[in-house]
Amino acid sequence: MKTYTNPVYPYRRHADQDGAPARHDVVIVGAGPIGLALAIDLALHGVGCVVLDEDETVSVGSRAICYAKRALEILDRLGVGQRIVDKGVGWNVGRVFLRDALAYRFDLLPETGHRRPAFVNLQQYWLEQFLVERAGELPAIDLRWRNKVTGVVPHADGATVTVDTPDGPYTMQAGWLIACDGARSPVRHLLGLESEGQVFRDRFLIADIHMQSDFPTERWFWFDPPFHPDQSVLLHRQADDVWRIDFQLGWDADPEDEKRPERILPRLRAMLGPDAKFEIEWASVYTFQCRRMKSFRHGRVVFAGDSAHLVSPFGARGANSGFQDTDNLAWKLALVLAGRAPERLIDSYDAERTFAADENIRNSTRATDFITPKSAASRTFRNAVLELAKEHPFARRLVNSGRLSVPAVLADSALNTPDTDADFARTPGAMIPGAPAADAPVAGPLGDWLLGHVGNDFTLLAFGNAVGGADVAALAHAPIPCRVVQVGGGATAGATVIEDREGLVARRYDGRFGTIVLLRPDQHVAARWRAFDAARVRAAMARATCND
Amino acid sequence: MGTLNTEPNLSAPDDFYEELIGAHRGLSDGESALVNAKLVLLLANHIGDREVLAQALAAARGGIGEP
Ligand SMILES: Cc1cc2nc3c(=O)[nH]c(=O)nc-3n(C[C@H](O)[C@H](O)[C@H](O)COP(=O)(O)OP(=O)(O)OC[C@H]3O[C@@H](n4cnc5c(N)ncnc54)[C@H](O)[C@@H]3O)c2cc1C
Repeated sequence: MKTYTNPVYPYRRHADQDGAPARHDVVIVGAGPIGLALAIDLALHGVGCVVLDEDETVSVGSRAICYAKRALEILDRLGVGQRIVDKGVGWNVGRVFLRDALAYRFDLLPETGHRRPAFVNLQQYWLEQFLVERAGELPAIDLRWRNKVTGVVPHADGATVTVDTPDGPYTMQAGWLIACDGARSPVRHLLGLESEGQVFRDRFLIADIHMQSDFPTERWFWFDPPFHPDQSVLLHRQADDVWRIDFQLGWDADPEDEKRPERILPRLRAMLGPDAKFEIEWASVYTFQCRRMKSFRHGRVVFAGDSAHLVSPFGARGANSGFQDTDNLAWKLALVLAGRAPERLIDSYDAERTFAADENIRNSTRATDFITPKSAASRTFRNAVLELAKEHPFARRLVNSGRLSVPAVLADSALNTPDTDADFARTPGAMIPGAPAADAPVAGPLGDWLLGHVGNDFTLLAFGNAVGGADVAALAHAPIPCRVVQVGGGATAGATVIEDREGLVARRYDGRFGTIVLLRPDQHVAARWRAFDAARVRAAMARATCND
Repeated sequence: MGTLNTEPNLSAPDDFYEELIGAHRGLSDGESALVNAKLVLLLANHIGDREVLAQALAAARGGIGEP
């Protein structure tokens, strides 16, 4: 590769490798994006962990490129969002072509007043490198390269883990073992567990090329283009003038043959024109699957990211949903380890994230079925939709080249306190209990955005002087603390006051004087009321932490 | 939410039927299938009511293949 050199993270012998097995509260298997994000999140909650990775570098070749707004917001909370945004390329607009004509154009973030765009594109190795560097700033993280997990024996209070290293094997005891070890998940296999779903009978050539081009920074998707008849093609811009091109090849394509430059170059020339100057950075042939484990928690062994669930890339729901796993898991694990919540709080991780995984799988499966129709009738309807879309607006809503990653609304979660005030908005996008918190422009001590002021701890968003100083202090000093962020109004001792610069906090949260919104540490709405009542807040927090 | 109307509702049904068949004149089976699919989608959007559409899908599929 011309634009990136994989760093080498050296193996270091650790004291654990001599003497009796050490015990660690949390051991994470895998330093991919998800394992790293979890380690950082735990460290921010004051929980130390050991991270084991069999490799000595970040990911190699063409993998994730699109990080969705919600993932960026999580990465902001972890302290790496800005680096990713600065290095990557942001985009909101997509175009879908049928043959040689534009079928339609969509804008994923039509409204302003959000810190982050709908998507930022960045090669996965950069993302991982930034996460490794962020982890390096946090002494609570003990990251061990070339430490390959080869054995796991689960117990009631943890697991015994066998690790192979260049100096030979050693064992350790883990209070909690979090398997972030990717789609093939050796931990899953060692435990004899399955991940079930379907494989799509199609193959895709994924090529990353380096080229100077004036294509706009948009997602372009073609059905049946003249340069690649009967199949689909996707074009995306990444950092450093690298472009991602996916060619659908069909099930009968020979993956080994299709990887050869002699096969790839004519395809690229047909698409980009005979004069285009480019170099291939990386190319591989993929088959995609959608599947998940039945349960993400097995006693003290918990699965997150690709080990737990796998989707086809149409919709960019892989890493994006993995970051939502760690967002969900980290604070719960921190509370359980601190003895402030019962272990069954981790069951809510399973319930909430399997629900989200099903939504992601449903969306990716629908897109993949549209792109790769399974029957003649399905192909006919697909083509009919595309034909109609050229002229008729209704059909454009049916074209599915990937419904791009949006976070799940955990509306049915047992951690939510249902609304008791009947006049709250419940329209799509409303901040109902279970919704991920919407961003909005503010002016406050922690910057210009609402999401910079909430999360990590429980946060009470109070519109105006709704919570008195004594209550603010009581919330701050409770066993599970809750900060008060006050939107507008005069100063209250102990509360952070922010200004609603454009009135969008009030609009997005359906807030008026006195409205209270309780946010979880992962920035999801737990409860909301039209007036503050300390007992109701305590009850909602107890419910959100399984202390009820 | 409505109910699928299966009582006579077309004015001049013979004229409509002729038009429907006429719309396929000179087409290959593949082209005909495409026209039918477009027609289904246009009409489905016009109806809009998901309940009615679900009843129509069930009525159309009834008795054909595995239930
Ligand atoms: C072509 C393609 C395009 C994609 N595009 C997108 C996209 O645009 N957006 C998106 O969100 N997602 C996308 N994805 C998905 C994304 O790449 C994955 O979801 C993501 O990498 C999952 O991260 P992870 O940390 O769970 O697993 P991985 O990235 O697979 O990391 C697993 C880690 O575990 C380590 N490991 C494995 N076994 C052991 C062991 N026994 N001991 C120790 N360590 C071990 C590995 O070395 C590795 O570092 C794409 C995927 C592909 C293939």
